[in-house]
Amino acid sequence: MTTPDTSTRSVIVEKEFPHPPEKVWRALTESSLIEQWLMRNDFQPVEGHSFQLRAEPVPNWNGVIDCQVLAVEPGRTLSYTWGTMGMESVVMFTLTPTIAGTHVRLEQSGFRPDQEANYKGAKYGWQKFMGGLERVVAGLE
Amino acid sequence: MPSAADNLFKALADPTRRAIYERLTRDGEQTVHALTERAGVSQPMVSKHLSALKRARLVRNRRKGRETHYQARPEALAPLVDWIGHYGAFWQKKFDLLGEVLERMDK
Repeated sequence: MTTPDTSTRSVIVEKEFPHPPEKVWRALTESSLIEQWLMRNDFQPVEGHSFQLRAEPVPNWNGVIDCQVLAVEPGRTLSYTWGTMGMESVVMFTLTPTIAGTHVRLEQSGFRPDQEANYKGAKYGWQKFMGGLERVVAGLE
Repeated sequence: MPSAADNLFKALADPTRRAIYERLTRDGEQTVHALTERAGVSQPMVSKHLSALKRARLVRNRRKGRETHYQARPEALAPLVDWIGHYGAFWQKKFDLLGEVLERMDK
C-alpha cells in the first residue's frame, strides 16, 4: 500500500515491496536501474558525489535536477539533495526489512530557495517561514 | 511546473524580503514608513523589496494620503504549496515503476 503524507514542509511516501532489501538497494543505487524507474542519471553511491537526474524538458522547465549524495548506508539509507526550478530539498530513502520483503520510506523535505543552500544563517529563517506558511495556508481553507 | 512558481521562489529567496512579507502576514497592512522602521535597511531598499514582492503578486498596495500602504496576498503562495504537493503524486508514480523494475530484475 502506498500512503502519501503531504504537508507544506515535507512529502512522505511509503510502500512495501515483496523483495529483499539487497535487491531494492540495487534498484535505488545502480545507474541503469535508476533510469528504469526514476530518470536518466550519472549517479554513483558515493557520499559527496554530484550528479544530475534528467527528465524530458517541458515548457518552463529544462528537465534537469541537480543532486549531491549526502549519505549512503548500504541496504539501509540513501539521501541526496534535489535542486530544480530555483528550489532545493533533500530526499531520503529508508529501507526496513519485513517478513514479506522490504518497507521503503521516501521523505522529501527541507524545501528552500537554492540560493540559500550554502549559508546556514538564512536556513533557519526559511524553515521558520515554512512553519508560518502552514498557518497561512490553513487560514485560506 | 509553472513559471509563476519560479518568480515566487525568487521573490522569497531573500531573507530581508521574506521578513517584510512575514511581517505583513502577521501584523496586517503597513505603511512603507512603518516597515522601514523595523526592517533594518533604508527606505529605498524596503521599496525595492516591496516592488519584487509585488511583481510576484505576494503583496498589493494602495495610496492613502501621502503614504503607500502594503498588504499581504497569502493566496499568492498557492503555487509553492501546489509545487510541494505535486511531489507526493510524483513519488507514488515512481514507486509503482520501482515495483515493476524489481519484478523484472529476477528474470
